[in-house]
Amino acid sequence: MNIPMEYYLAVSTIMMFAGIYGFLTRRNLLAMLISVELMLNSVDINFAVFNRFLFPGELEGFFFTVFAIGVSAAETAIAIAILINIYRNMRNIQVENINELNG
Amino acid sequence: MKFTIFILLLPAFSFLLLALAGKRMKPAVAGGIGTAVSGIVTVLSCMTAFLYFGAPRLQDGTHAVLIPYNATWLPFTETLHIDMGILLDPISVMMLIVISTVSLMVHIYSFGYMKGEKGFQRYYAFLSLFTMSMLGLVVATNIFQMYAFWELVGVSSYLLIGFYYTRPAAIAASKKAFIVTRFADLGFLIGILVYGYYAGTYSFRPDMVALMSGGVAMLPLALGLMFVGGAGKSAMFPLHIWLPDAMEGPTPVSALIHAATMVVAGVYLVARMFPLYIGFAPGVLEAIGWTGAFTSLFAAVIACVQTDIKRVLAFSTISQIGFMITSLGVCTSLDPQQGGLGYMASMFHLFTHAMFKALLFLGAGSIIHAVHSNEMSKMGGLHKYMPVTHIVFLIACLSIAGIPVFSGFFSKDEILTACFGYSPLMGWFMTGVAAITAFYMFRLYFQIFWGRNPRYDHTPHESPATMTFPLVFLAAATCMAGFIPFGDFISSNGTAYHIHIDKITAAASIAAALMAIGLAALKYARTGPILPCGDDLPDSARGLFPALHKAASHRFYIDEIYQFITHKIIFACISRPIAWIDRHIVDGFFNALGWTALITGEEIRPMQSGHIQQYAIWFLGGALAITVLLLLI
Repeated sequence: MNIPMEYYLAVSTIMMFAGIYGFLTRRNLLAMLISVELMLNSVDINFAVFNRFLFPGELEGFFFTVFAIGVSAAETAIAIAILINIYRNMRNIQVENINELNG
Repeated sequence: MKFTIFILLLPAFSFLLLALAGKRMKPAVAGGIGTAVSGIVTVLSCMTAFLYFGAPRLQDGTHAVLIPYNATWLPFTETLHIDMGILLDPISVMMLIVISTVSLMVHIYSFGYMKGEKGFQRYYAFLSLFTMSMLGLVVATNIFQMYAFWELVGVSSYLLIGFYYTRPAAIAASKKAFIVTRFADLGFLIGILVYGYYAGTYSFRPDMVALMSGGVAMLPLALGLMFVGGAGKSAMFPLHIWLPDAMEGPTPVSALIHAATMVVAGVYLVARMFPLYIGFAPGVLEAIGWTGAFTSLFAAVIACVQTDIKRVLAFSTISQIGFMITSLGVCTSLDPQQGGLGYMASMFHLFTHAMFKALLFLGAGSIIHAVHSNEMSKMGGLHKYMPVTHIVFLIACLSIAGIPVFSGFFSKDEILTACFGYSPLMGWFMTGVAAITAFYMFRLYFQIFWGRNPRYDHTPHESPATMTFPLVFLAAATCMAGFIPFGDFISSNGTAYHIHIDKITAAASIAAALMAIGLAALKYARTGPILPCGDDLPDSARGLFPALHKAASHRFYIDEIYQFITHKIIFACISRPIAWIDRHIVDGFFNALGWTALITGEEIRPMQSGHIQQYAIWFLGGALAITVLLLLI
């Protein structure tokens, strides 16, 4: 059974735009963070797929995927730490309330 | 001759000590340190002179030029470098004697004159600074070192003129002196740079081969510009305006700086560069001679109508420096036997003038100390009260008037002989000026010591010994200096020259001087009741030439002309429009830039709303737009 490459790409594209849509529309910072993760993971899928189908026998794409997963883990940790601090200061994490840094 | 370095180092050290720690010392200690150092310097200078002139002459009959110290300070090229060192030749050794002696006398004199003044220690610090700078100037091994010390003497002169810094007149005078001489020094600096560029060296004796291949044609320009600097320091017309005002400083300072030493720096400069002037720029030298001659007449005429005792002496100094400059200017060759006599005469007169003019100023200081006024109308009949000052002042007056036995006669006679050798016109001209000199000096003398006796608030008394000792010493020097065989030591080409008095010239000048003294005695020596105000100065010239008298008492309106040129022309027509352009156009342009940035920022500020999702939408939109753009291309 051979699934063509386009199928994978379709899934990753759907994930990407779902992430973008979520990032732009959700009002909760935690949900926005989850959307960001969704986008990252769609990119990871792309890396793996391109490596698997276009350059079989090489490993760069997989490595990138592993790196990206590591980076996203770190980023999540920091983002959640920030969110906790925001919550402590403002007692909520609704994004429309956080506009201190305006011009 | 290695010890000569201490001649410079000791005053420098004493300046630093007195300037840094003077405030913590007692005035007498500070003065003592300054005077002791000055005394040691005098002894060292005399030793230098003794050893230098005592050494056997070279094969060609000249004294060897010694350079005990020379350190390359700023090398530019192989030949072009600025050195710091000590150069001993006949004129620099002679100047060492003059400066250290007068400086020592002024140091001693100031003990009495400045007693109890605020800033006594500061005064001695500045005197040390001046002594160091002036000594450094005369022993300079190259023209750039000379320039550096030249500016240093300018600074010390500025500091000492403005010593009474609470008096507005003193501040104005010190500023005027500094600005005028600095303006002239600009010419000097440009002259040095031109000289350095074309001669390829800053030393006084350029390599003739290099010079010939370089720009001989540019040398007159360089030497002319250097003389502009010299004219500023030596108060030659029309740069003389600072010297009369400089009399605002303490009187001993006037004696040291503005009579005996600093103001002859211009003469020394021309003498230092003399072989170059003779060899390459005889035209410039001639112009220098006429400048000096005109200045000497000009200043002498003004001196006749001044009423302030120190101003009379100031104008007399200008006039006498005019004599020295003229004497250098009338030289036509390096040989003292034919046309080079003026060089020796000029240096001789510099030497004698330093002694008798310092004596005159110190004597005037003694009188001012007793009478508490500079105005001659407040003086009179002082010979009864101040016998020592009277005698020494008379000696100095006779000397400057050119009466035989006193030193001024010998040097002035040599100058007149040199002038007659140049042209009879110049000779008679200078003889006439010498007669005017005798007239105004004895006008001064008779008005102060004889004449009518004004009512004194308290009886004037003779000055203390610290003040009379320098007077007596300088009077003795004035009496004897004329008998020094000066030509044996200094002459234009360095060989010994035996001074002989030209009988006709001497007779003419003595006759003129005696007539002038007689006229002054007739006019001013009479005793009688004080005349009503307005005719306070019985001056025959006023009746004869009222316009001339008025112009002379306003110093021929030179200060007003300067005022007009600087304020009405330079400030109003040039500086003010330029200032307007700077303030409105240049500043306006940059202000407009600032305002534009500010307004633009204010306009686009709301875009930074703080809502992160708005930013994300803009970002996404931008990314999409770029993608579309790339797809389309």
